[in-house]
Amino acid sequence: MQFMLLFSRQGKLRLQKWYVPLSDKEKKKITRELVQTVLARKPKMCSFLEWRDLKIVYKRYASLYFCCAIEDQDNELITLEIIHRYVELLDKYFGSVCELDIIFNFEKAYFILDEFLLGGEAQETSKKNVLKAIEQADLLQESLVVFHSVCFFLILIFS
Amino acid sequence: MPAVSKGDGMRGLAVFISDIRNCKSKEAEIKRINKELANIRSKFKGDKALDGYSKKKYVCKLLFIFLLGHDIDFGHMEAVNLLSSNKYTEKQIGYLFISVLVNSNSDLIRLINNAIKNDLNSRNPTFMNLALHCIANVGSREMAEAFASEIPRILVAGDTMDSVKQSAALCLLRLNRTSPDLVPMGEWTARVVHLLNDQHLGVVTAATSLITTLAQKSPDDFKTSISLAVARLSRIVTSACIDLQDYTYYFVAAPWLSVKLLRLLQCYPPPEDAALRSRLTECLETILNKAQEPPKSKKVQHSNAKNAVLFEAISLIIHHDSEPTLLVRACNQLGQFLQHRETNLRYLALESMCTLASSEFSHEAVKTHIETVINALKTERDVSVRQRAVDLLYAMCDRSNAKQIVAEMLSYLETADYSIREEIVLKVAILAEKYAVDYTWYVDTILNLIRIAGDYVSEEVWYRVIQIVINRDDVQGYAAKTVFEALHAPACHENLVKVGGYILGEFGNLIAGDSRSSPLVQFNLLHSKFHLCSVPTRALLLSAYIKFINLFPEVKATIQDVLRSDSQLRNADVELQQRAVEYLRLSCIASTDILATVLEEMPPFPERESSILAKLKKKKGPGNLPDIDDSRRNVNGNTEHHEPTETTNKSPPSLMADLLPTNRPRPASSSPIMLSAGTMGSSHPFTDLLNLNSPPAAAPSLLVDVFSDLSAPASVEVSEDNFSRFVCKNNGVLYENQLLQIGLKSEYRQNLGRMYVFYGNKTSTQFLSFSSSVTNGDALKGQLIVHAKSVDPVIDGGAQVQQILNMECVSDFTDAPVLNIQFRYGGALQNIAVKLPVMLNKFFQPTEMTSQDFFQRWKQLGAPQQEVQKIFKSQHPMDTDVTKAKILGFGVALLDGVDPNPANFVGAGVIHTKDTQVGCLLRLEPNTQAEMYRLTLRTSRDSVSQRLCDLLSEQF
Repeated sequence: MQFMLLFSRQGKLRLQKWYVPLSDKEKKKITRELVQTVLARKPKMCSFLEWRDLKIVYKRYASLYFCCAIEDQDNELITLEIIHRYVELLDKYFGSVCELDIIFNFEKAYFILDEFLLGGEAQETSKKNVLKAIEQADLLQESLVVFHSVCFFLILIFS
Repeated sequence: MPAVSKGDGMRGLAVFISDIRNCKSKEAEIKRINKELANIRSKFKGDKALDGYSKKKYVCKLLFIFLLGHDIDFGHMEAVNLLSSNKYTEKQIGYLFISVLVNSNSDLIRLINNAIKNDLNSRNPTFMNLALHCIANVGSREMAEAFASEIPRILVAGDTMDSVKQSAALCLLRLNRTSPDLVPMGEWTARVVHLLNDQHLGVVTAATSLITTLAQKSPDDFKTSISLAVARLSRIVTSACIDLQDYTYYFVAAPWLSVKLLRLLQCYPPPEDAALRSRLTECLETILNKAQEPPKSKKVQHSNAKNAVLFEAISLIIHHDSEPTLLVRACNQLGQFLQHRETNLRYLALESMCTLASSEFSHEAVKTHIETVINALKTERDVSVRQRAVDLLYAMCDRSNAKQIVAEMLSYLETADYSIREEIVLKVAILAEKYAVDYTWYVDTILNLIRIAGDYVSEEVWYRVIQIVINRDDVQGYAAKTVFEALHAPACHENLVKVGGYILGEFGNLIAGDSRSSPLVQFNLLHSKFHLCSVPTRALLLSAYIKFINLFPEVKATIQDVLRSDSQLRNADVELQQRAVEYLRLSCIASTDILATVLEEMPPFPERESSILAKLKKKKGPGNLPDIDDSRRNVNGNTEHHEPTETTNKSPPSLMADLLPTNRPRPASSSPIMLSAGTMGSSHPFTDLLNLNSPPAAAPSLLVDVFSDLSAPASVEVSEDNFSRFVCKNNGVLYENQLLQIGLKSEYRQNLGRMYVFYGNKTSTQFLSFSSSVTNGDALKGQLIVHAKSVDPVIDGGAQVQQILNMECVSDFTDAPVLNIQFRYGGALQNIAVKLPVMLNKFFQPTEMTSQDFFQRWKQLGAPQQEVQKIFKSQHPMDTDVTKAKILGFGVALLDGVDPNPANFVGAGVIHTKDTQVGCLLRLEPNTQAEMYRLTLRTSRDSVSQRLCDLLSEQF
């Protein structure tokens, strides 16, 4: 995978992850073009399209578009399920995830993505294992944060 | 309450994000951001040391601002400080900032690398993972330099945690992609392969990606992975009730891993070991069988995951291209998908079938689906799906179904999206030509094309129809009759006027017997279109008129009147005016015989590859095209045999043929009858010199002869000081000493070259018995033919003489010929030998192509021996414009917008030799910081790749 973009129906970029080195200018250009292309497509159209020398795989979840660029040899359908698994992970972590969660907790969305995909390849496809890793990290931060005097919103929910 | 409220809510950040979201306008947002930036800057600069939390919060705000699309030019240092915090969240945010906003500041990189090093050594798996993620996300060269040898150790160490192994594997994969030269192969490679046996499926998943990437680079080192991958796949796929726990995804066992394993196997030919092979076949059959089973869930995720594995299995079957049963089964399965209600599946089935169509085993099976595909073309609502249908129809076309497919494409063309019309036009034109049994059908088809989609009919298409009509006597009468009729349409496309004018000008006499198409009628018909046409078309029509004067003396007076009119003779356009004047004069003064000679019918065009095919390939890349000569493409043969990728003059166009520039026929507007100023007064300096400068062979005196025999050239040291200066240019001073200066001018075209060597006498004394000859070393004989014309034996003081060398490149070569010069100066015999700067790249023809084509071809030339790469220190200041000029001078076309990184240079060209033509792609990646370049060349011949790489790498 070369990159993944999350953007809203209004075309606002919510998350961007690049797995190939590109300049900021180039990234902005690609984002602009792709957002436009994808938003112009009708709902029933197919989830794949050719774009430059890449294959674009995208899917819309509620108000958010998840869009991945993969290479010629890569598998479109499994990429579609990568998107879905990521959505599941976000959903499980945030509890019925919505666009606002991703806006306000963008750093978490990045952390979850890093546990799931690394270097553009699936690192850990087990939902349990990914969430376990994130929870462990959260625990780690709590145990440290507790010692910290400045601490808002400390609500612990263990199920 | 969502679980996320756990931990470190940063209230300030949340408030800031809310503020931004509440901004009513872009200006308000920018204002709010600037305020925040000022605030953060003052906090960072303030005297009071910030605590970790505040630092984290501000860094996080900066990150948010950056992700909104604004530039951030500070805060890096604070983020780096966070890396060494012992609080996890602070560290985490620090790493995130670094991953997103890498700064090339070398001081920081050192600090960052230090922090990473500490975390890697911390033995704390969570910290190690953070560090590894950061390396994988940044993937810079500096990081590769620092950690490429460390990570393999972590990866294969016995006591590494599983999650760290996973991160390490993919981290290494990323480094290997960005800086393959820095990732050392070693004893760890064997141990990495064994990760395929690991108990933890997550580790296997990550490791499989890494191994695939490594195996693509050096297949031999990872051959052992084949059996392990097959075994693993077999366990996942064929075991009936295997419990993969959380790795089962909507009732599909480990789909990601299965896809990756199948992908890894595509790096290799079918296994040689029979047992292994049958085990793999069994796996593939099972996957095909499962597709027929009723779904275990109605969820689309279930079918997607299942079909993802299925499509990957089909890719492997196509890649192996060796099991007819499997290929036909795959084809049938795809046939089912063609009618599936899921658009995605229909799309993928059409795409996949395109490659199946090019296998000889499954071509016939693919053809059985023609009706479905035609139906898709008519009914699909998504243009990208229709596009796939067109591709597939094109791929499955052969003699048996050509008429049907062409007819369908023509009718689709009437309603096709504008974006794909030109491509369909090209495809129709190619199929019509290739599968024409009788050429009347061909002519009809092309005229239909012009009628339906005239605007999308490029020059190549109508040039081609004229080439064919001129070369085939049997169709000329029909063509004349058909264009004559077509021209009667009230609004006919200008392209039709061009074809009509050309064909009637050549063959109008074949239908002139019929009173309905008498010469005068023909002329009036053409001339009725004249005023509506553009200048080039009018120029063509004028040429048709003068041809009419020759064909039909009875209309001479009429045409002369037209030519004589003010609108012609005084036309504002120089070309039109000149043609009118010259044609009129020609028709008045030339005798019938002369006219008949000058205006003779065009000679047949030499047989050559269709220019249309070249154009389509340019548009689409050869991967999507069936081989135009029925020799089915060998899907997995590319890596082992490179012969099929070379084109000789006579062989059918092959994969690389698209790289060949095609010489267009140049109808009318520059046909031999043209007498316009451009050609008549043509005084190309070289051609002129050539004619004047062939003095009688010099007859040197006996004495000198004896001398020259004594001084064999071999004894002279060959000067090659300036040799490399000529790699990227053709003119300049080759050699100079106190007596003599040798200058060069050279020009190359295809596999031929001509060099003008200028010998300047710098003294005031005559050079006597001057002679010069060219010798080829043994290796070079047969590869390059150099023919040197003789040169005047006397050069007066201060004078210059010229010698012409004609060269022909027979096959690719490495050595250079040597120019041996002898003369007497003041009684002393002088011997000079200079290496002649004739290099392989001189026989380049630049090739323009789109980014898509480039990458497709790049991938096709992916065999290890086809690629040569060199990393070297720059010898000169790294100036983009200079580099561009050098690459252009090297002879390739510089392709803009191909490389995602605009700092890189990408070029393409074809080396022309007499025997063959070698397509060549190159990429130059400068690293201004390190003052290094990486040059990668891919050609279909290893010797060519190597030679070109050597030549070019010395230029920077």
